[in-house]
Amino acid sequence: MMQAIYDRLKDRFQLGALDVRSRKGLAFVDLRREFLRPVLTELRDVEGFTHLILLTAVDWIEDERFQLTYLLNNRQKNLDLGLRLRLDRNLAIGETIHDLWPTAATYQRELREMFGIAFPGSPRVDEEFILEGWTDMPPYRRDFDTLAYSQQTHADREGRETSDPREFMKQILYPKD
Amino acid sequence: MKHMDPNFRKDTKTEFPQREELKPRKVTTPDGQVIDIEPLQDYFCQEPPKVHQKSYFKIVEDFYNWCRAESLWILAFGTGCGAIEMRPLMTPRFDAYRYGIQWRATPRQANLLMISGYLSVKTLKRAIRTYEQMQGPKYVVGLGSCTINGGMYWDSYNTIKKLEEYLPVDLYIAGCMPRPEALLAGFMELKKKIKAGNAEGANKYAEKFDWYKANQKAVIKDWDMPDYNW
Amino acid sequence: MSIDWPRIGYAALTLFIVINYGMIMTALVRKIGARVSGRYGIRIYQNYIDLVKNIALRSKITHGVMYYLGPVFRLTGGVGLLLFVPTIYGSAMWSNFSFAGDLVLALYFVFFGTLGMALGAAESGHPYSAIGITRGLSQVTVAELPLALAVFAISLQYQTLNITDIVAAQQGGIFNWTLFTNPVATLAALFAFVGTMMRSPFDVVIAPQEIPIGPPTEYHSSYLALMQTNRVLFPIAKTVIYMNLFFGGATNWFEFAIKVFAIYMISVLVGVVHPRFRVEQSITFFLKWGLPVGVLAILLV
Repeated sequence: MMQAIYDRLKDRFQLGALDVRSRKGLAFVDLRREFLRPVLTELRDVEGFTHLILLTAVDWIEDERFQLTYLLNNRQKNLDLGLRLRLDRNLAIGETIHDLWPTAATYQRELREMFGIAFPGSPRVDEEFILEGWTDMPPYRRDFDTLAYSQQTHADREGRETSDPREFMKQILYPKD
Repeated sequence: MKHMDPNFRKDTKTEFPQREELKPRKVTTPDGQVIDIEPLQDYFCQEPPKVHQKSYFKIVEDFYNWCRAESLWILAFGTGCGAIEMRPLMTPRFDAYRYGIQWRATPRQANLLMISGYLSVKTLKRAIRTYEQMQGPKYVVGLGSCTINGGMYWDSYNTIKKLEEYLPVDLYIAGCMPRPEALLAGFMELKKKIKAGNAEGANKYAEKFDWYKANQKAVIKDWDMPDYNW
Repeated sequence: MSIDWPRIGYAALTLFIVINYGMIMTALVRKIGARVSGRYGIRIYQNYIDLVKNIALRSKITHGVMYYLGPVFRLTGGVGLLLFVPTIYGSAMWSNFSFAGDLVLALYFVFFGTLGMALGAAESGHPYSAIGITRGLSQVTVAELPLALAVFAISLQYQTLNITDIVAAQQGGIFNWTLFTNPVATLAALFAFVGTMMRSPFDVVIAPQEIPIGPPTEYHSSYLALMQTNRVLFPIAKTVIYMNLFFGGATNWFEFAIKVFAIYMISVLVGVVHPRFRVEQSITFFLKWGLPVGVLAILLV
């Protein structure tokens, strides 16, 4: 069923290969940026993907890219389709879809705060979402080192010991090796 | 071990700009009057807290301390996952009421602030406000390893590690999370401490007020309240 | 005018007895409630400890004169209600300051505390206080309607506004009580009784789980201690009125203790088995059930 939908859209929107994961009703597909809005509109209005499950980002720091994932759900046919979109990491400007799904505005606000991806035109996108008074770089970016930040901000209590879980369990379970 | 970037430096230069709604400004009232508004001014009182003396007679103070210990009113303010360990205390199985422990809904009437679990910087601001609105003598109990040394959030960018740098803690209850039995044992310890007259957290807070405020303001970048919330 | 010192002494003693009785009884009621739900419950002297603890708080803050007067008015309402009503019938010592028109005054005093509290809590400036007062006043007002009608009914029935006379007319056997001579009026008044005792199902105004405990949000230390005193005194004083009007009064302290406890348990039993009403639900309830019964009571007389 997913294949049929994919075949209908593939050529018109120059979609990437269909990537079926773990179960039959879940697939991901790469998408070029200029087709984001047409594809989303078509999926919502024609193919019955009425529900935006989530909008999230992945930081591919080695490729200098942010990947936006739009996860859509077709309730009637029980299909989940993820659209993957790659952005330039240094530019990091996405396209707002709050007019297609109003919930997207909240996700975009979160991405703006946690990844520093801008969504011009999205309502209240520049207001603080979870963090208050944050002055450092967006904390979900992979070049933000949360351990280093934590140690430079809060002092550890003396006497605190940490052990690597793998080494610790190895010593307990296989002391001879 | 978790990898740490040795070159990472925290941004210490950027100041958080003061919020628009907190800036002093002139406002025209509906009847045409122009008034000055200073949102950060506490119109009730700008004084720092002061140290309260004990009763003159030791026997009176001892009696008062006994009453304080036997009537602990907890503020129902849950910060982290530990809040869920407090609820069973009201149930028939643990029944904290028989020890004179009750929950109050407002900080004005409570004596005991339970910091129940991890405290993010954002929640810390509220916890400080709440603590300052309570009336002395007041006690703080830190619950769980998160309040002691960061616990499992030891590498989090947004949770504090040592609670006693920000609020005068009388007692820690270790665990992740401590069971309700551990909480009851902690309350008994706190009672002993109060009865011995050693739980003077409010006075300690007033004495080292500047130190506490410096610590608090070091992590709370957008300080948007008066120095002491009466 | 000469001051009647012994009478003032007896009045003070009445107050003392009733407050202690109320302290123990409310603790006992909470203990009963705890035992019903399988808990051990608070200690029987817990109320005293809480009171001393609150008085012993070292810091207190005020929000102005009315804020200060709120609990005072509230306590005045309770004390006035108690003292202007004969506590023990037929005893010169314990009739206190009752006089010919005391029934009207008592009705007024029932409301007085709530109004004073409204003024005081409003001055604290806390939004929850204001909401709590609005809800509290509207609920108390509508709950008092059946009581007022019932009181009119029995004052028509006995042709007097003096509580002592009403009690006198009920002496000589259980079937002389208003409960049996005028059951409709009693029923109407019990609607109001359950409604104003601040127990479930009509305690949404001060419930901690709702808008945080309503009008007393900002009150602490000695202010709260005053209100706690009133919390134990006021229900007893109100129960005394009901006892006098509908249940034949009391001729000695022992009878007083038993009857007050029994009448108080009416509201407790109702509360234990009923969940809370929202304010608009309880208003509808009183207008739909309490008010017609009150009107019927007047028509039947």
